[in-house]
Amino acid sequence: MSEKTFVDLESEIEGTVTRESICLEENLIYQKPIDTLIDTPMHYCPGCGHSTAHKIFMEVVAEMGLQEEIIGVAPVGCSVFAYHYMNVDMQEAAHGRACAVGTAIKRVMPEKYVFTYQGDGDLAAIGTAETVHAANRGENILVIFINNGIYGMTSGQMAPTSLAGMVTTTSPYGRDTSRQGYPLKISEMLAPLPGVAYVTRQSVHKPNNVKRAKKALQKALQYQKEKRGFCMVEIVSNCPSNMKMTPLQSNQFVEEKMIPFYPLGDIKTPEDK
Amino acid sequence: MGDLKLMKGNEALAEAMIRAGCDAYFGYPITPQSEVLEYLARESEQRTGMLAFQAESEVAAINMIYGAAGCGRRVMTTSSSPGMSLMQEGLSYIASAELPCLLANVVRGGPGLGTIQPSQADYFQSVKGGGHGDYKLIVLAPSTVQEMVDFVKLGFELAEKYRNPAMILTDGAVGQMMEPVELFDQMPRRTVFPEWATTGKKPGQERRYITSLHIQSEKMEEINHRLQAKYKKMEENEVRYVEMNTEDADYIFTGFGLGARICMKAMQMARENGFKVGLVRPITLFPFPTKVYNDLGARVKGILDVEMNAGQMVEDVRLSVNGQTKVEFYGRMGGVIPSPEEIYEHFIKTFIEGGKK
Ligand SMILES: Cc1ncc(C[n+]2csc(CCOP(=O)(O)OP(=O)(O)O)c2C)c(N)n1
Repeated sequence: MSEKTFVDLESEIEGTVTRESICLEENLIYQKPIDTLIDTPMHYCPGCGHSTAHKIFMEVVAEMGLQEEIIGVAPVGCSVFAYHYMNVDMQEAAHGRACAVGTAIKRVMPEKYVFTYQGDGDLAAIGTAETVHAANRGENILVIFINNGIYGMTSGQMAPTSLAGMVTTTSPYGRDTSRQGYPLKISEMLAPLPGVAYVTRQSVHKPNNVKRAKKALQKALQYQKEKRGFCMVEIVSNCPSNMKMTPLQSNQFVEEKMIPFYPLGDIKTPEDK
Repeated sequence: MGDLKLMKGNEALAEAMIRAGCDAYFGYPITPQSEVLEYLARESEQRTGMLAFQAESEVAAINMIYGAAGCGRRVMTTSSSPGMSLMQEGLSYIASAELPCLLANVVRGGPGLGTIQPSQADYFQSVKGGGHGDYKLIVLAPSTVQEMVDFVKLGFELAEKYRNPAMILTDGAVGQMMEPVELFDQMPRRTVFPEWATTGKKPGQERRYITSLHIQSEKMEEINHRLQAKYKKMEENEVRYVEMNTEDADYIFTGFGLGARICMKAMQMARENGFKVGLVRPITLFPFPTKVYNDLGARVKGILDVEMNAGQMVEDVRLSVNGQTKVEFYGRMGGVIPSPEEIYEHFIKTFIEGGKK
């Protein structure tokens, strides 16, 4: 963590940004998609990356004209209510089983687009088997993987992706890798599988990253259209409430601690396949 | 009329699935029912385009059933006891989200990894819930290969009528035995899907979603009331059973599936020896034929319940009889099949000799 406090950072931002400058066309990061995002307050904590990820993905769905062509699968985790926000047909899966549910939806309706939206506990702990096998079969689906390094919904327990030494409610003295295992790099693990077409790691903690993450989601749906195979967009994210940080501090944690261990960028593209 | 064929129980079940216009099957190999997926893998896609999918586990398979059923497809899975245990969480979600689907449990002896020999020890799991929460499956118990075929059609009909999972509860013996069967004609796969199915948002309509989550307890109680009302309707309208020789009976033998079939032989032996024995065989284990037992309980001297377990359905028989007559139990466990002779002997010992004291 840097020495700067939240107040320091806030005043720094205030010095450079005005309401007018935010509204300039070139400064717009994303807009609220009118058709694909339901007009209702989200239950996410202030500053949580889930809401940004929802918005940019629904923007992509709107821009690509897929609202009527796509079926989503919500996980068990903080994003369990994704279907209250995403204005597309959706199914809520049991904890960890989104890739199995998504597989079946795609197999019975191959002409439709299918995505799952999962946290790290859902995808990389209880649902590892379903994830690995969907990837290995080359299921032509998109998996959006929100890696915040913690169990958000159940209030801050250790996740398979929690960093070494990270303090959580179930690793109160810091994650001890000799007893609690090492943080799992699922994206790197899946990339070598022949069924996998596209794996990329992105984040939504800064404007430029949001733009890049959106591009990655766009690409992934384009690859699904081209029937390239399994695509996963990992989004390294924050959890202000359970990290016991302000939104800004938590984004700083993403920048300074998470991203060095989970480096951003494409891990596999269809060209590497 | 359909074709007449000599078929193995599991293969007849698979054939019936194709003919019933099933859209997709998801399953994982386990003895004594692996022939189902093997048969479908050879036949289904070529004949009707029906998907036959080998999942990575029963956990995945039941959640694939959830996904495909949620798209309004006609779907089925089969397994045997340990695999069916793994499916219980998913089944609870399916029941809560009110998705129609059909399952078959070709039961083997347990507990644990147990044995691959036939058993009826999964009655409680199938009839009383199995997974978490207050829910019910429609449970059908075939005793012949013909019924394996007929109950696939019936199972889909009931599941879709009530938007509820239905299960064929059979055992390794019925699954493996060969018998002549009459097959119904090929039914078309459907092209129009229910109005609740998630098939992609329709223009001008609200999005659809499938869920079992209702955070507000009042809302969740409302859902429970709706489910209970549905189960009550099933109890009123869908009870099915077979009665034999009950008009003049002093005693009743009862059991389900294979157990009942063996009881039939034991009943014949008793009749040949001058004892007026009748038989009741429930076809629907849920909804349970409570009334027939209650009525008979009022006028017979005793009921002998025979099962291939430690005594499971007998609890429902006793509740139905409600103390009006004596209900005795005879069972074999762990994959052992009782003989008609031992059932008859048990009847003599408990009701005839024991009754004289
Ligand atoms: C079978 C089962 N086990 C455990 C839980 C409890 N549970 C709900 S969400 C969750 C973890 C969520 O963490 P993650 O997937 O990382 O998503 P986040 O909430 O951080 O977005 C757990 C353990 C459950 N609902 N079901």
